[in-house]
Amino acid sequence: MTKPLPSASYKIPIWRNIKFLRIVFQVSVIFVVFLILNWLWGNYQINVARSSIPTDLRFLDNPANFTIPGSDFDQSQPVRSAFVEGFFNTLRVAFIGILLATLLGTLVGIARLSKNYLLNKLAAAYVEVIRNLPLLLLLTFMNLAVVLQTFPRIEEAWKPLDVMVISNRGIAIPWFVGSGTNLAAVIFLAGVIAYLVKKLRQKHSDRTGKPARDILYSVVTFFTLIAVAWFLLGYGLEFPFVDDRATSGGLRLDPSFFALLVALVLYTSSQIAEIVRGSILAVHKGQGEAADALALSASQKMRIVILPQAFRIAMPALGNQYLNLIKNSSLGASISYFELTQVAQITVGNGSPAVPAFTLTLLVYLSISFFTSLVVNYFNRKLELVER
Amino acid sequence: MRPWLKQNLFRSYLDGVLTVVSAAIAIWIVVQIFTFVFITGRWEIVQVNIKLLLIGRFPEEHIGLLLASVMAIAFWIGVTGGAFVKPGAPKRSVLEIARELFQRFGLIALLGIAIVYLAGTGEALVAGLQIVVAIVAGRLLSALRTRVKLLSAIPSLLWIFVWGLAPTSLIWYTLSVSTLETWGGFLINFYIAVLSIVLCFPLGVLLALGRRSSLPVIRLLATTYIEIVRGAPLFVLLLLAGVALEFFIPPEITPDVIFRSVTVFTLFTAAYLAEIIRGGLQSIPKGQTEAGKAIGLSTVRIIGLITLPQALRNVIPAQIGQFISLFKDTTLAGAALSMFEILSIGKAITKQDDFLGQGLIYESLAFVGLMFWVGSFVMSRESQRLEKKLGVGIR
Repeated sequence: MTKPLPSASYKIPIWRNIKFLRIVFQVSVIFVVFLILNWLWGNYQINVARSSIPTDLRFLDNPANFTIPGSDFDQSQPVRSAFVEGFFNTLRVAFIGILLATLLGTLVGIARLSKNYLLNKLAAAYVEVIRNLPLLLLLTFMNLAVVLQTFPRIEEAWKPLDVMVISNRGIAIPWFVGSGTNLAAVIFLAGVIAYLVKKLRQKHSDRTGKPARDILYSVVTFFTLIAVAWFLLGYGLEFPFVDDRATSGGLRLDPSFFALLVALVLYTSSQIAEIVRGSILAVHKGQGEAADALALSASQKMRIVILPQAFRIAMPALGNQYLNLIKNSSLGASISYFELTQVAQITVGNGSPAVPAFTLTLLVYLSISFFTSLVVNYFNRKLELVER
Repeated sequence: MRPWLKQNLFRSYLDGVLTVVSAAIAIWIVVQIFTFVFITGRWEIVQVNIKLLLIGRFPEEHIGLLLASVMAIAFWIGVTGGAFVKPGAPKRSVLEIARELFQRFGLIALLGIAIVYLAGTGEALVAGLQIVVAIVAGRLLSALRTRVKLLSAIPSLLWIFVWGLAPTSLIWYTLSVSTLETWGGFLINFYIAVLSIVLCFPLGVLLALGRRSSLPVIRLLATTYIEIVRGAPLFVLLLLAGVALEFFIPPEITPDVIFRSVTVFTLFTAAYLAEIIRGGLQSIPKGQTEAGKAIGLSTVRIIGLITLPQALRNVIPAQIGQFISLFKDTTLAGAALSMFEILSIGKAITKQDDFLGQGLIYESLAFVGLMFWVGSFVMSRESQRLEKKLGVGIR
């Protein structure tokens, strides 16, 4: 007979009980964190009392006392409206920047895998040069060297093909004449119809087996509809021209907006190119071989077989880059583009309390980031392979 | 030649068009760069200000000390460079070694030559030579270690640590005799980057472990910190630190710009580093932890001896990538906190009396950009090499 185990009567002492230890450890961590926060808060109270600086958000109702170039923002409007204006300027540069950076980055990423030796090396050089430079340097370069120094004065503005006016006062591009709401309505309607056309083409393709060409059809429909509707409504496209030391007509992009946009697009596209390249390489080799076996052309193979699968792989990394671009747009403050950070910096300079103003700015960025990652996660889930 | 051309440049008509267009672009860029560098560029703005760009207003009388520190670091890099080389590696000819060295460090050498040339003084040449001699001496000592039994008995980590004492104490001494406020230019970018890397590493590891912890409170705290910091722009954090840091520390301490920026860079990079290390931890198969449990190790030992070392090794390239972006982001401190770093100096020197309104921003920014570009490019190349050498993902 072996000796019976002492288990039944043996009780683990409390200082060796894992459940108890876990609780003790967590409570002590909470306590330490609480002590740190309390210390910080105590310092804050002492310092605020010493310097008698307001800590609430009442400064938002004071008049702003500054103007925002390129908008009809008035000095007497409250700081609150300046923040709203800055918020929309941030969104504007981020939205356009994300679109352009994705487009350019995808093209460069594909070129990076091209069998054409020269094109391949050119794309590689682009990526390696831009990616290893600080973004702030690119931005300073675009602003000080390109826009302010190399672009001509308005009297000698460059007018390529007479459709654009490029000068150090900004860049004017052709734009629709007419109200913004009409434009939005027309774009929305055209979008809906284009979507329906895409669905119809897909159905047609399913029924007959002929190529769908759904993207081509819907894009053409979209732009034709916009053009036709616009001219039918009696509006037109207006070309910019120089009108005595200023540009008239068309849409004028601020020099700082242009510099920020180009710097962000260059920088982010070099990162996106690497992501796209990696994702294309990560698509299973058999997929490309299957496309070859079906005798698809090189462009068909890329468009219908490889890229859709590559983007599924790239989605999380792309989302990160989009978040980075949005956060990096805060560098616009260093070249006086009136986005959120610049507005905060200026109102602090004008005497608003610094801590609440910058904390508010931080919270706005946090919510933009949070919202963006929600959107990215949604698309990620939609694109994800449904596995067992 | 003909078949190569056909294969790589003219496979089809479209390919031919692409080739012609890219050739035109490439030739245009090369011509532009060549004329800028050798013909139209007026480099006297960089020549006159080279010292300001590199070390700011560092006191003249302590430059010898700074050079000694740099030499000690160079020697240390030379000594440690081969510390992990396994004995019995295949013998290679001098030519092969020289070629590999040029591929790896040629860019840095060229940049060094360019700086010495721009400085144009005998002292600069001597300083450059001294640094080269320090590296070579370090390499020789390291080579000696693989041959002499007594030296190769010393564990690698101890070896690295011992030779690291000299540069550390020299830098410490330099800091104590010349106040940090006089440091500027590229020196301060480099110093802030290195200091923040060293400080953020332990915090990043703790946060990563916290986020993977099975204790809900720890996990919540770590996740909240990481997500908040990752959602915030670095530039705004720096601005906030510029005006608000003094509110959160005792009134006796008055923070300077460097304290502010190092605090922000450390806290910021730790969050990103934590996510990278978490990725590494997730890549370790569960069997490793289970094996540790089976032989009765405590949780701390399982992490410290089994999972963490493997995890850190698996994500070396990503970590170096994060450090590269920290190195590049040190320029933000100039714009947000008006620190005297190389990019803000590069902008300021175009407004000097001698150069005002002459449009020399291209020359100045080109030099600043080159410093960052060479640094980041060589670092990322080396990390790829290290990745291959460690055989991550192979087996």
